[in-house]
Amino acid sequence: MRTTVPRFLWVPAALAWLLVAIPVAGLVVRVDWPNFLGLVTTPSALAALRLSLETGLATMVLCLLFGGPLAVVLARSSLPGLPFIRSVVLLPLVLPPVVGGLTLLFLFGRTGPVGGFLDREFGITIPFSTGAVVLAQTFVAMPFLVVSLEGALRTAGERYEAVAATLGASPATTLWRVTVPVVLPGLMSGSVLAFARALGEFGATITFAGSLEGTTRTLPLFIYLESESDLDGAVAMSLVLVVVAILVIVVSRTRDLR
Amino acid sequence: MRTRFRAALMAGTAAVLGLALTACGGSDSGSGQQAAPARTLTVSAAASLTSVYQQLGTEFQNANPGTTVKFNFGGSDSLAQQVVQGAPADVLATASSKTMQTAVQAGKIQGEPVVYATNSLQIAVAPNNPKGITSLQDLTKPGVVSVVCAPAVPCGAAAEAAEKAAGVTLTPASEEQDVKGVLNRVQTGNADAGLVYVTDVKSTNGAVTGVSFPQASAQGAVQSYPIGVVNGSQNADLAQSWINFVRGQQGTAALQQAGFVTK
Repeated sequence: MRTTVPRFLWVPAALAWLLVAIPVAGLVVRVDWPNFLGLVTTPSALAALRLSLETGLATMVLCLLFGGPLAVVLARSSLPGLPFIRSVVLLPLVLPPVVGGLTLLFLFGRTGPVGGFLDREFGITIPFSTGAVVLAQTFVAMPFLVVSLEGALRTAGERYEAVAATLGASPATTLWRVTVPVVLPGLMSGSVLAFARALGEFGATITFAGSLEGTTRTLPLFIYLESESDLDGAVAMSLVLVVVAILVIVVSRTRDLR
Repeated sequence: MRTRFRAALMAGTAAVLGLALTACGGSDSGSGQQAAPARTLTVSAAASLTSVYQQLGTEFQNANPGTTVKFNFGGSDSLAQQVVQGAPADVLATASSKTMQTAVQAGKIQGEPVVYATNSLQIAVAPNNPKGITSLQDLTKPGVVSVVCAPAVPCGAAAEAAEKAAGVTLTPASEEQDVKGVLNRVQTGNADAGLVYVTDVKSTNGAVTGVSFPQASAQGAVQSYPIGVVNGSQNADLAQSWINFVRGQQGTAALQQAGFVTK
């Protein structure tokens, strides 16, 4: 049986919901419906949508490849200074993305310590490239995967892993055959969250990567630029982004409920 | 714990209120001293005029005791829109004739606005011009990373007009949202060259060098600065003296100092 919700929670709960729902509904009303299809299928809009999806997927893969192991280390190891390591990972959740973009620029920019080295020695310039977009998105999206996965790992506990170890499984076998299957739902929803965060990323991208159609101008950057000249186009593409975001949330939530 | 928090909150509120009261008191006592009646002139001006206008505002207040000049700086488009919607302003000074026309067509400007200054493009490069850039053509050389404004924004439209006049097609590494974005790329060394306005180069105090090029004066590349008195202004006479002041000796000097070409 479900517990009863106290009545006095209903009003603030409704207000909280409306705060999000009404502006989004306002967007739907403001859309220039007769021209909607034309507005969202201009070559520039399609290029932005495609770049966003591609870099979002690349970001998700990078978060899995590097954030996944980090979450396991945070949840399972007994390294000294673990709280400190964790707070650093969580920093992008709190930092304004523009600050993230500036820090990346100072490190990987042409005059930065790493970027300068790459530029001189190998002729590789990171800013203004699609790689810079992925780097900026990974910076802001990584904590989403790490937090969800670490939570899933802690909730699952270490019992099965301990049993597997007593039965003679190596740590690697235990990881692949026991840990990963157990936390798979958490891994999935964490990845989807990271993808969603990458899709909405703006500040770090425009600061670090710049804005050029087909190379660095993702959907949020495109919408920001369009709002200067063609508000109808900006509104139409905003709605596309909202729809994609809702799809992503639905996908990740249905997995959670199962 | 909770009472202490509440006490702190109340102390904070009291402090804010106190400040607000002192602020009111200050302006009251100021007007009592002078024979001239206290008047406030509201000037809506393009963001690129900020430093010049602030300096001129102080000089204007000194020359007209009892007068306070209040500025509303912002994007020309939104300033013109605000005036059209009836926002209280005495003077409108935009950074393009197009935005001024929005207000003129809505019947919000008295008479004809005058263009008193222009601003033109320069190529911003690192100090001492390490890549030896002397023309727009040089930006297309291999190994030169150039940055411009997006064509949808005024500085990008100006850049496009200059490119057309020069018969050059640039392949920028990035198209920025505004001219400060371009300047920032050059200042941080991530771009070798960027198209910005002369006033932007001046504002960096030598952090970037400006390279002039002939096509900067091409049609559509020059940014003009019109100014006009807002219709229905309660201080139309004062608004007109501000315009005369900006076009006068002090105004001209300040504008030229900032890199504008005065008319």
